[in-house]
Amino acid sequence: MTAVETSSSERVTGQRLLRREDPELLTGEAKFVDDLAQQDVLHMAIVRSPVARAKIISIDTSAARAIDGVVGVYTGRDLKDLWQQPMPCAWVVTPDMKNPAHFPLAVDSVNYMGDAVAVVLANDKVIASDAVASIEVEYEELPPVLDLEESATDKVVIHPELGTNTSYVWALEPDNAKLEAAFSSAAHVVKGRFVQQRLIPSAMEPRGLLIVPQPYGGEYTLYSSTQIPHILKIMIAVTLGISESKIRVVAPSVGGGFGSKLNVYAEELLAFTLAKKTGKPIRWMEERSENALATVHGRGQIQEIELAADSDGKVLGIRANLLADMGAYLQLLTPGVPLLGGFLYHGLYDVAAYSFKCTGLFTNKTPTDAYRGAGRPEATFAIERGMDLLAHEMGIDPAEIRRRNFIPKEKFPYSSSPGLVFDSGNYLPNLEMALEKVGYSKLREEQFQLRSQNSKKHLGIGLSCYVEMCGLAPSKVLASLNYSAGGWEAATVRLLPTGKVQVVTGTAPHGQGHETSWAMIVADRLGINPDDVEVLHSDTSISPHGLDTYGSRSLSVGGTAIFMATGKVLDKARQIAAHQLEVAPEDLEYQDGNFSVKGSSEKKMALGQVAFEAFTAHNLPDGMEPTLEATTTWDPPNFTFPFGTHIAVVEIDEDTGDVKLVKYVAVDDVGNQINPMIVEGQIEGGIAQGVGQALFEEAIYDESGNLLTSTLAEYLVPSATELPNFELGSTFTPSPSNPMGVKGVGEAGCIASPPAVINAVVDALSTFGVKHIDMPASPEKIWNAIHQD
Amino acid sequence: MQISTTVNGLSHTNEVEARTLLVHYIRDVLRLTGTNVGCDTSSCGACTVLLNGESVKSCTVLAVQADGQEITTIEGMASESGLHPIQKAFQENHGLQCGYCTPGMVMAAASFLHENPSPTEKEVREALEGNLCRCTGYHNIVKSVLAAAGEMGGAR
Ligand code: FES
Ligand code: FES
Repeated sequence: MTAVETSSSERVTGQRLLRREDPELLTGEAKFVDDLAQQDVLHMAIVRSPVARAKIISIDTSAARAIDGVVGVYTGRDLKDLWQQPMPCAWVVTPDMKNPAHFPLAVDSVNYMGDAVAVVLANDKVIASDAVASIEVEYEELPPVLDLEESATDKVVIHPELGTNTSYVWALEPDNAKLEAAFSSAAHVVKGRFVQQRLIPSAMEPRGLLIVPQPYGGEYTLYSSTQIPHILKIMIAVTLGISESKIRVVAPSVGGGFGSKLNVYAEELLAFTLAKKTGKPIRWMEERSENALATVHGRGQIQEIELAADSDGKVLGIRANLLADMGAYLQLLTPGVPLLGGFLYHGLYDVAAYSFKCTGLFTNKTPTDAYRGAGRPEATFAIERGMDLLAHEMGIDPAEIRRRNFIPKEKFPYSSSPGLVFDSGNYLPNLEMALEKVGYSKLREEQFQLRSQNSKKHLGIGLSCYVEMCGLAPSKVLASLNYSAGGWEAATVRLLPTGKVQVVTGTAPHGQGHETSWAMIVADRLGINPDDVEVLHSDTSISPHGLDTYGSRSLSVGGTAIFMATGKVLDKARQIAAHQLEVAPEDLEYQDGNFSVKGSSEKKMALGQVAFEAFTAHNLPDGMEPTLEATTTWDPPNFTFPFGTHIAVVEIDEDTGDVKLVKYVAVDDVGNQINPMIVEGQIEGGIAQGVGQALFEEAIYDESGNLLTSTLAEYLVPSATELPNFELGSTFTPSPSNPMGVKGVGEAGCIASPPAVINAVVDALSTFGVKHIDMPASPEKIWNAIHQD
Repeated sequence: MQISTTVNGLSHTNEVEARTLLVHYIRDVLRLTGTNVGCDTSSCGACTVLLNGESVKSCTVLAVQADGQEITTIEGMASESGLHPIQKAFQENHGLQCGYCTPGMVMAAASFLHENPSPTEKEVREALEGNLCRCTGYHNIVKSVLAAAGEMGGAR
């Protein structure tokens, strides 16, 4: 493992430092948005469509208005002149992409169950929900479009003004002739059709907000349970036509996000509009069943993948074709999410010919958007299922087919056929470590034994090797993808007069422990105690610049910005120390928080002292500005490419179809690690979410478009009893794209685990001739697969 | 209706509506906001508190049912000498990420370890079945509870 640069004789990075965030979360002191006290606040509640698709004939709000304590009731018609712009979509993926205008409240028609049609303000939360219940909306129901393939036919067009249900067709076809040649010369061609079911992200804290206007100054402070305070602020300004200088957005403690809070939501815009209208503070807290309808869903794709391989099982070409469910409207990043996987359908294999096509389609369901992994879990699933299909067809062990196809170590940096440059990788030892850890050959033996005994218990072993592109993102690459923002991150590092350090970051953590890790980075670089470093974030008036937290970007982009800013501070400190010690800057050494003159133990100056000198400015080099602080805005030169191998072992009961996940091994390579304890936590949580997708979770709609899984009683988020302990390991292949050699870890577990589990399930059932089971692999589906003729 | 409760050792007498849930009494009337709400079907356990020492989901109990009873919330766990051993074990074993499920997990663990001071891993998992966490994958939560058991004298 190459080390992160340090000035500390006792390295801080790489240690399992306990999180400074924890005490207040553990004692109930932490303030989530619903915990914030506010006097004289109005409670907002929303009338939502109970049907999937309808014309709004009339809305009768008279009964609601008559309730004591109701302050206002508004429909889409009442407010429509107040929106400057429709709800924002920041990713116009093709020049002709179709994007239906979508406002915080529906005006004439509703297009999914949960679409907002009216809003109530009341003095009390209970009164507000009573008022919502008393509002009568007359709908003329229209036939909904719920199925992707049916949507593509345009037999029923959801948004008549668009003339089609196809939002866009996006293709990446670097060399079709080469691809055709690969397929025509192939000894083996395997095809898979896989359904990526819709998922409900289900952060344990639903969304919520509190907006506090200062009527006299015209300023607004919005506290929102969001991952993106900075982006939200800009989007509110643009959508509502309010000067950005009047808007402050604060993300207090946020109870998980997983992409679902990476959005600009109707409720945020509504609350802003109504706070402006009434001059009063407004509070809204989403209920769980509302969250299932009104917060974006994830996944929702039908994938077709074809692999062409030569007689040795070497993959020559890959063709991937997706239908992607946008839901009823495009939210902030909806159309771009499937494309984030579009470059990775060849996984970590050296494949010369490639094509990818994605058709984005509207349906009468909740809009989809980013959910942990966003596009990359889907890509990984398709290729890893594909590799198993190929191995099965050729009668080769799944580990062996992967070995034969890995991008070899010597080929890094590797230019992939879809056009990425993989920064670094060393896949083979990673796979071997995982196989060894799980006891692969022993498990195969055990499987053989059970099979030869005709046991009703079926053992399955599933491999998944993954690579992901994360660290969103080089701004120029985002430009080429038509994304309407950059991918940089900002940081300020400031030495306070007392020698303590203040770090201001543009990242917006919601469980990732940034305060702890960022302090470690600075402490290491400055050779000081991390307790002397304070980290400020998630408040646009404290941290005015930033692009927030998603896409496993915070460390490799935001952490790098902090690392660089710390370096600048150190450079300036060196100038000051040299000036005061009357030596040349090059003659100084820096270690453990002290500058000393090389070869002399007497001539020394502590960093704290330098900070004080910078503050008093009594004796600085001529022309030097007072105070010791630096800002860096880091735009990464490339994505980072973490990788790893996950192996799931399942036991299936032939009589019931029950699957038990009995063992799970994950060996991940996320480059250098700042805090291995936090890294492991991220992986474990991601694995659990991916297992949830593989075995339990699905947003189910009935044939009229009613969501049947709107509570946690119906939508099966895994509990502790459904999961085993995870056995983790690491390899370390630093990224050359940033000075700390870090890669990012937030999504890895969730990317790797669904194919590992499904490959294990299919492996267990292979004796029944089962080739695939769609997710979630429920006992019912498994039983049916076993008992099919 | 008037109710009297003892919460974290302090007595309270308050006026509540018959339909007020215990969790809303705790959060909105007493302003003890450490207890969280994560669902509307008593599925998540984020609202778990101790009622006379036993864990209950406070969204399934009416405030009036707590009349005359003793309640402990997450705010009542730490003492002047510092974090409760369960809280400490959660920090030391990284048993929390966003922290939203954490108060409920800690309270559920407290009641469970009282009943079963030296549990197995499987028993811990079963005991926490009604408490959902979306961040940690439970691995470190289970580890935390086992470590707390050890610390509190129940190690196996
Ligand atoms: S809020 Fe009580 S169980 Fe979910
Ligand atoms: S730590 Fe976030 S839900 Fe458990």
